[in-house]
Amino acid sequence: MIQQQGNRFFFNVDWITVLIYILLCIIGFANIYASIPHPDNSAAFDFSSSYGKQFIYVISGLVLGLSLLLFDGRLFNVFAPFIYGITLILLIAVLFIGRNVGGNQAWIPIGSFRLQPSEFAKFGTALLIARYVSTFSPKFRDFKSIFIVGIIVAAPLVLIMMQPDTGSALVFLAFMFPLYREGLSGYFLLIFLGMIVLFVADFLVPVSILIAIILTISGLFIYANKRKQKLIITTVFVTLIAIGYLFVVKIAYEKVLQQHQRNRIELMLGLKTDNKGAGYNVIQSQIAIGSGQATGRGFLQGTQTKYGYVPAQSTDFIFSTIGEEWGFLGCSVVIGLYIFLLLRLINLAERQRSTFSRVYGYSVACILFFHIFINIGMTIGIIPVIGIPLPFISYGGSSLWSFTILLFIFLKLDSNRMGFI
Amino acid sequence: MEQLFNRKYIIQGLFIVIAIILLAKLFYIQIISDKAFVAAESNVLKKKFKYPARGAILDRKMRVIVQNEPVYDLMVIPNEVKSFDTLALANALDISVDDIRKNMRKARLKSNYQSTPFSKQISVQSYARLQEIMYRFPGFSTQDRTIRHYPDSVGGQLFGYVKEVNQDDIDKSDGYYRSGDYIGKSGLERSYEEFLRGEKGVVNTVYDAKNIPQGSYADGKYDINAISGERLISGIDIQVQKLGEELMTNKVGAVVAIEPSSGEILAMISSPGYDPNLLVGKSQGNNYMDLIGNPYRPSMVRPIQGYYPPGSSFKPIDALIGLQEGVIDPNMTFNCPGYYMAGNHKVKCEHVDGNISMRRGIARSCNTYFCHVFQKLITKNGMKNQRQTYQDWRDKVAKFGFGSKLDIDLPFEKKGYFYNADHYDKIYGKRWGYTTVISQAIGQGEITATPLQIANAMAIIANRGYYIRPHLIKAMGDKLLVKKEYVTKNYVGVDEKYFEPVIDGMQEAVNSAWGTAVLSRIPDIIMCGKTGTVQNSRGKNHSVFIGFAPRDNPKIAIAVIVENAGFGSTYAAPIASYMVEKYLNGAVSGNRVAQVEWMKNQNLLPLLIDKSKKLKLTKADSLIIRKTDSLKRINDSLRLKAATAKRPISAQLVKKPTITIKSDPNKK
Repeated sequence: MIQQQGNRFFFNVDWITVLIYILLCIIGFANIYASIPHPDNSAAFDFSSSYGKQFIYVISGLVLGLSLLLFDGRLFNVFAPFIYGITLILLIAVLFIGRNVGGNQAWIPIGSFRLQPSEFAKFGTALLIARYVSTFSPKFRDFKSIFIVGIIVAAPLVLIMMQPDTGSALVFLAFMFPLYREGLSGYFLLIFLGMIVLFVADFLVPVSILIAIILTISGLFIYANKRKQKLIITTVFVTLIAIGYLFVVKIAYEKVLQQHQRNRIELMLGLKTDNKGAGYNVIQSQIAIGSGQATGRGFLQGTQTKYGYVPAQSTDFIFSTIGEEWGFLGCSVVIGLYIFLLLRLINLAERQRSTFSRVYGYSVACILFFHIFINIGMTIGIIPVIGIPLPFISYGGSSLWSFTILLFIFLKLDSNRMGFI
Repeated sequence: MEQLFNRKYIIQGLFIVIAIILLAKLFYIQIISDKAFVAAESNVLKKKFKYPARGAILDRKMRVIVQNEPVYDLMVIPNEVKSFDTLALANALDISVDDIRKNMRKARLKSNYQSTPFSKQISVQSYARLQEIMYRFPGFSTQDRTIRHYPDSVGGQLFGYVKEVNQDDIDKSDGYYRSGDYIGKSGLERSYEEFLRGEKGVVNTVYDAKNIPQGSYADGKYDINAISGERLISGIDIQVQKLGEELMTNKVGAVVAIEPSSGEILAMISSPGYDPNLLVGKSQGNNYMDLIGNPYRPSMVRPIQGYYPPGSSFKPIDALIGLQEGVIDPNMTFNCPGYYMAGNHKVKCEHVDGNISMRRGIARSCNTYFCHVFQKLITKNGMKNQRQTYQDWRDKVAKFGFGSKLDIDLPFEKKGYFYNADHYDKIYGKRWGYTTVISQAIGQGEITATPLQIANAMAIIANRGYYIRPHLIKAMGDKLLVKKEYVTKNYVGVDEKYFEPVIDGMQEAVNSAWGTAVLSRIPDIIMCGKTGTVQNSRGKNHSVFIGFAPRDNPKIAIAVIVENAGFGSTYAAPIASYMVEKYLNGAVSGNRVAQVEWMKNQNLLPLLIDKSKKLKLTKADSLIIRKTDSLKRINDSLRLKAATAKRPISAQLVKKPTITIKSDPNKK
């Protein structure tokens, strides 16, 4: 039976996911086509233009994806440390031989093509975590396993931070979710959430009031559990850490983050308005999306899109084109497709017999989720500007291929779900 | 394990929650709020306004008195400017290289991306020179506009001026005006703003993010062509107006001439005046400040804002009311011993006439006669009811237009004051009677009127009992619209038959040997009139004349007030007669031409003492002033040309500012 599967490459492939993938790629291509100016006398199809290149990327990506299905799924398990190692080497290499584009040392030029190692580090890391979890079955109750997993995630994260490409680095936080699924305590997620909430609150509310609130809550909590001594000690501890965090984060914010990053955060929180400088992107993007109203202005009819009001519109801000030309309806369809894809990936992951496939599946879903949430959130101003692409839709070969590889490796693993890897 | 499997739902739930958050925000910015839609439109759409020409103003014989002249502004879009030959541009514009830099800085401060004025109202020569070398200055463009031009250089205060709107105008206009628009600020330009301004045109152009035009919006579907303002036809006879302004040169005062049958104003002079051409174009601001600072207050519109006691010109109205009330009849005589005793207060008369009837009383302007008339009017119901009869009399006089606005089509009209009985109650309690207010009888004291009200009263007498609200504009636009309030007759409550005796008196005043204005008789025209010498608490008496002509079917009613000029017969009456003759005959005839020239050259501007210099007059100086002054008055009344005695030394020291407002702006 195993033999039979090996011969039939496309056996058991989840074609619905492939279909969604193709749909998203087509949506991406159409909107990239709309995002660049079209003089009336232009040639029918121009391969040197961004939409022409994207066409090649989509076709080659599809070929790449389908050819991945030809591999034996077990290879990914076996070569996981090797692939991870290569991506780390590439990440180190890019710091020395990389080309600096827009302040980020993120690209390795190969002929006319530019490779972005941080994109490939995502599936490298995902494979190694899956391998680690499937091999040692840690329950993440002990310090050691958390430490090891932490190292696996932190190594590429730190290297990417050094480029510096904060946006891509942030995506590595997505691995929290697969680890949570595998037994990592929910407190980690809560602490993470608490850190974000306190960080935001630190800017919007005076520190004295925040401390008062924290003390009140912990006081009430201690009062309610006054007989449980251990809990009280923990609460006091957490409270002190939280208050300390408030001050540390303020200092870290000033010292560690760069000016443009601080600007973006302050703009998002509404502490600053800047229609011309750093805030221009976000404001123009929101104007473009908002002006689409319910049904949009129609394909190629978006004035903000046509006349170049939104910078980086075919890459990070591609969602503004969708918003303007297709309106709320189009946005809902795209978000709907994404959510359907994500929920389906989780369901596919859960049906795996092998831990390796499940962990990897969760990783794929959560990486995609982070990208989608951060990217769309940024274009509509609920998240600070973080330059990461919208999966399958944004213009760019590296990102499209890396997402394709990420997804199709999982589809291959999924097609092998009956066997043991 | 089972427990961990449930964590799937937490993660999937998180996905769904986040998706809902994204969709909620999208729903808000795309469907609930239309802010983004508006912002998107204003991003790409730039409206360029096309300014219509303001409507022209014609005189009653369809001669153009206010027209438009094209001017050119040099505009610049600082961002599109490349380094250019500053010297060449400076030469073309006739300005210095420093000015070029300064203007450039100013333009950059205003806007980098929008077309902003670089040099306003450049000359035609500069414009022609620029056209040839324009290609060398990318980012620069010329824009044509029109400004006002007044071919006859008269009537400054009537037409008013046009100026860029201020924030207040914009706020009040319900969105019609935008920064950079022009609006009529005073005079006719203000009161007929809505007709004159026309309709602005709009060209919608789509711009890309780099502010490069990308063609017209929706194929020009929403573009609007500018529509020129409508023309106005005024009742003014520009020739008469011009003559009047010339006659009033170097005099302070006002002239109002009305066509009685229609209420159309034929001429309206406020002196000192100014050339309206001064208040257009580049030097508008400076000239305006000069006008404001001028001690003779040329910016004041005296015909509607100047307060003068009507003086003797009030007497015909007394007579009419007396006749209407039946307290006198034309043949009743009163004895004039040269004064009238009101209680123990003495009202002087200029002459001793003995028994005097109405006709002669008017012709000779006898104070005594009219004090008697007033006494009879106020005491007709006995001494106890004087308060009531005064109030009745006051209301009857008010029907002639005193004490309230006549609603002429000019802004800022004043109404004069004319007291009610209540007012006297406040001053005197209950203890007052005709003797207290006797000065009302001869138009002095607690009554003031604008020259317009005085002229209107004359129009009422000319019409024998009614007036039409005086107005400057008789028809608006091509449809010749007339405002309704300017065609209705307002009756004053005096029967037509009572007018003839009064008019007889006025005719004699001008045309009989004993009349006060006999020297102003016009050959072949029977003008009826009345002189007045208005006591002025602050200086020399004002010279006043009111009249109308011809006696039958009057074509013109006129009031002339010359401040500090002494007797009404000396200055006011002749000025009126020249203007009437000019209007009725088209020209002043015979030896009167020379008189006109003499009149034009008379300088009656009051001396201005510059208080800041605290010049102390010596006794000798003040003696000279007093002497020359009284000498002058005698000479004036004898109409000797030699009247212009030399100015005292101290007056020259004071350095009276000379009025040079009427100079040609082009010479500047």
